[in-house]
Amino acid sequence: MIEIIDLHKKLSGQTVLKGIDLVINRGETLTIIGRSGEGKSVLLKHIIGLFRPDSGNIRVDGENITRHKTSDLYRLRRRFGVLFQGSALFDSLTVGENVGLALREHKTFPEYEIRRIVAEKLARVDLKGAENKKPAELSGGMKKRVGLARAIAMSPEYILYDEPTTGLDPITADSINDLIIQLKTDLNITSIAVTHDMASAYKISDRIAMLFDGRIIAIGTPEEIKNSDSEAVQQFVTGKAKGPITDF
Amino acid sequence: MNLISYLGYLVIRFIEHVGRLSILIGQLVLSLHLFPKNLRLISQQMLYMGVNSLPLVLFTSLFTGGVTAVQAAYQFRGIVPMTYLGGAVGKAVVIELGPVLTALVIAGRVGASIAAELGTMKVTEQIDALETMAIDPVRYLVMPRFISGIVMLPVLTVFSNFIAIVGGLAVSVWFLDLTTYSFLNSLKMFFELQDLFGGLLKSIAFGAIISIIGCYNGFATVGGAEGVGKSTTRAVVVSSILILLADYGIASLVFG
Ligand SMILES: Nc1ncnc2c1ncn2[C@@H]1O[C@H](COP(=O)(O)OP(=O)(O)OP(=O)(O)O)[C@@H](O)[C@H]1O
Ligand SMILES: [Mg+2]
Repeated sequence: MIEIIDLHKKLSGQTVLKGIDLVINRGETLTIIGRSGEGKSVLLKHIIGLFRPDSGNIRVDGENITRHKTSDLYRLRRRFGVLFQGSALFDSLTVGENVGLALREHKTFPEYEIRRIVAEKLARVDLKGAENKKPAELSGGMKKRVGLARAIAMSPEYILYDEPTTGLDPITADSINDLIIQLKTDLNITSIAVTHDMASAYKISDRIAMLFDGRIIAIGTPEEIKNSDSEAVQQFVTGKAKGPITDF
Repeated sequence: MNLISYLGYLVIRFIEHVGRLSILIGQLVLSLHLFPKNLRLISQQMLYMGVNSLPLVLFTSLFTGGVTAVQAAYQFRGIVPMTYLGGAVGKAVVIELGPVLTALVIAGRVGASIAAELGTMKVTEQIDALETMAIDPVRYLVMPRFISGIVMLPVLTVFSNFIAIVGGLAVSVWFLDLTTYSFLNSLKMFFELQDLFGGLLKSIAFGAIISIIGCYNGFATVGGAEGVGKSTTRAVVVSSILILLADYGIASLVFG
């Protein structure tokens, strides 16, 4: 379980997060929606300690990570997998080396076992046998898949997805949605996703939270969000240019 | 008033950079004991920094040596016997020209590419990705480049010294009517081991400067392709300046 308590963060003079309160339960997929530049990526990065909050706390399974030393953060991060917004594949490494990097660096298994795990994770994202390709040779959708395989390489308990479907065609996007659902059911992973793709949010989420003006203004099941009486939520989920969000 | 606040801003920025650079150096020093983990990365960097830079260094050195001989001969004319030319070329090359020109050439080639590579990794979140995989970017990226820098710069400098002296010799024999014997004889007569070691000591410092400044600017990159371009330029400019400052400092210590 991840608890975010009254999280505040100012970045380059501008207050991005103004008191976030959010609980993510074990085994659920929670999706955070919100406009571009609202601070969704910044919020995700706080959860794995890439940013430190100005005030407020984050607890992972009861452990308060906000004042963790680097070594404690590294220990904690081994339980997390992250899919970055732009995939963030290491372009000097092959696909296989990308997926196997953490396994090799942490010497968790002997080399033949690592090769087996890499092949297994790639097969899981429908990229069997792509080990020797370079990231530059891949399409955007394939990069996301490799990023996903890399995120699950260390068999994490938690996965953070930063816009897993953005920039993909609807069919490829839906195949990523299916993968996310499959990972959750097969491996019982707790997930936090960030997106502004509503089709994806409705499909993968147990609950959806909407971030607006640095706060969570609504949270509920996809059904509840779809039928929310908040005008801001309605404007966002139906994608209207005019409404309380843009008048703000 | 505006000028004063601008100057104040510059001073603050400068202190900020010095502080961050010191932190990076501290982290680098703390990661050095992990170098057995990095042998493959270190050898990759050495190959790129050392072997692949060799043609450029040799080309530069050959001409530097030749020019040194021509200019020294011009200054000697009527004052110093030409038989001392070998010694003068040798000393100039080994103490100053070999280490400094090699370092400046490598700052342009390798320092720039370190900053560009790490800068691109920064803006495409690859550095964040390393962090989230619990891999220390300083250990994984900075340390191999640093070790490769302090090892390969002296190695390149030795090659550079040798080729520059060959260049000086060739010019002396072909254009200045000296014999190979008299050039080499005076080279030997004036050669001192301290000169060579002083020069190599400089090149170790230059290797540290190029790698650390390249990495620092790479990590400090913000804002896409434009940011990468700026960091690359800054890495070359700052390391060139620091190379010249360090050159003066070490020269005063060793030869002063
Ligand atoms: N490292 C940083 N330094 C300074 N400001 C930052 C940094 N990262 C993000 N910001 C700022 O924080 C705000 C929120 O950025 P963030 O990337 O979290 O938005 P987002 O909701 O993820 O948007 P998008 O949907 O476009 O990815 C932006 O105004 C951005 O300029
Ligand atoms: Mg984002």
